Amino acid sequence: MSFSVMLAQLVQGMLTSFEIFALTLIFSLPLGLLVAFGRMSRFWLLRNIMRIYISIMRGTPLMLQLLVVYFGPYYIFGISISAGYRFVAVIIAFSINYAAYFAEIYRAGIESIPVGQYEAAAVLGYSRSQTFFKIIFPQMVKHILPPVTNEVITLVKDTSLAFSIAVMEMFTIAKTIASSQKSMLAYVAAGLFYYVFNFIVATVMEAIEKKMSYYR
Amino acid sequence: MEVLRIEHLKKSFGPLAVLQDISLSVSQGEVVAIIGPSGSGKSTLLRCATMLETMDDGNLFYLDKQAVASENGQAVYASPAVLKECRAQFGLVFQNFNLFPHYSVLKNIIDAPISVQKRKKEEATAQAMDLLARMGLQDKANAYPYQLSGGQQQRVSIARALCLNPAILFFDEPTSALDPELTGEILKVIRDLAAEEMTMVIVTHEIDFARHVADRVVFIADGQIVEQGDAKALIDNPQNERTKAFLRRLQREEE
Repeated sequence: MSFSVMLAQLVQGMLTSFEIFALTLIFSLPLGLLVAFGRMSRFWLLRNIMRIYISIMRGTPLMLQLLVVYFGPYYIFGISISAGYRFVAVIIAFSINYAAYFAEIYRAGIESIPVGQYEAAAVLGYSRSQTFFKIIFPQMVKHILPPVTNEVITLVKDTSLAFSIAVMEMFTIAKTIASSQKSMLAYVAAGLFYYVFNFIVATVMEAIEKKMSYYR
Repeated sequence: MEVLRIEHLKKSFGPLAVLQDISLSVSQGEVVAIIGPSGSGKSTLLRCATMLETMDDGNLFYLDKQAVASENGQAVYASPAVLKECRAQFGLVFQNFNLFPHYSVLKNIIDAPISVQKRKKEEATAQAMDLLARMGLQDKANAYPYQLSGGQQQRVSIARALCLNPAILFFDEPTSALDPELTGEILKVIRDLAAEEMTMVIVTHEIDFARHVADRVVFIADGQIVEQGDAKALIDNPQNERTKAFLRRLQREEE
């Protein structure tokens, strides 16, 4: 296999990795906010359901969760798994797992806003949703950018876990090439890809942080 | 005309009765100073009046609207719509300003008029600029709160409260978080507002200021109104022993 063929295959895998990455963020970032609301709810039952959900998501390996989401429908409900479900399973497992982490980051961010901000908003007549979306949320985003960057970078690397159900993302392909060619080269190239990907992510997040530094 | 009327207000935090049967009314154009030792309940009184704290029992009126009614020894709050109308009648200036750090000075002032009162942006901006000019801060409209001194931030927060055109303005120790050399600028703003007959209730430790600016002084201790009356008369010649002791102690501290 020539170097260029290998590279082309890896780039193909990279695109799949990026798809997993992007879709996971699109679903887990808003889902995390809902989970955070539930976790901070006045209702005991909802609060504790979310607490248990977060505890399970954080307390078990993502790879195990992925296998459960992928094989669960067959082993638990006897539903036959279609070929297309492989990718869907990855997105579901990643999204619900990352939502749990994001929820805790959001919660910390929301709770870090001084109570005086809520009181000022209440006295000025803002409604509850206005208070959240105009006053609390923008300040929360600024507070949570560093821990969110951490999670996003971890996600780039976690996309490689999709190899466990043989989704053709970059790591799966690198592994296949490496074993058929008996060479480390594909791993080196994949490592470089991940590094560059994360370098871009870190640069973008830094730019966003800078953009938000117009106030303290 | 009475802008604010509080009747038989009671408030406890757990077993601690912070306010025991407080009644207070404030007429249009009147400036009332509330003084008293720390822990006496004066801030809680303000927080109950501004509905940041729920009262246990009592009546609360703003103009002709009743926000809270006492029923069988319990405070019953009016419907959200009525409470919203009541909230529109008052403004509150906090001890530590509570400006919105992510909004510019101008946006801090005009955002509530626009998004709560649904006023036109141009009109709200014009009023805000006018208020900033009166506060001597017209050149700070585009600054952010962190770029301002404490005194400037407090003036912005007063402008923010005034831009909603409240019928009554509450101040919760407006100079307590400021360096001593900055208190003067805030007291001057309040004095100017008093000259324009703005209705105000001011919780303060500045006795000399209360004596000069307030029409009436209310002395609170242990959750009760111990003494109240004409500002100069009460401060120069208090009748109650506790008031005397409190004022004496303050004078000693100042010397």
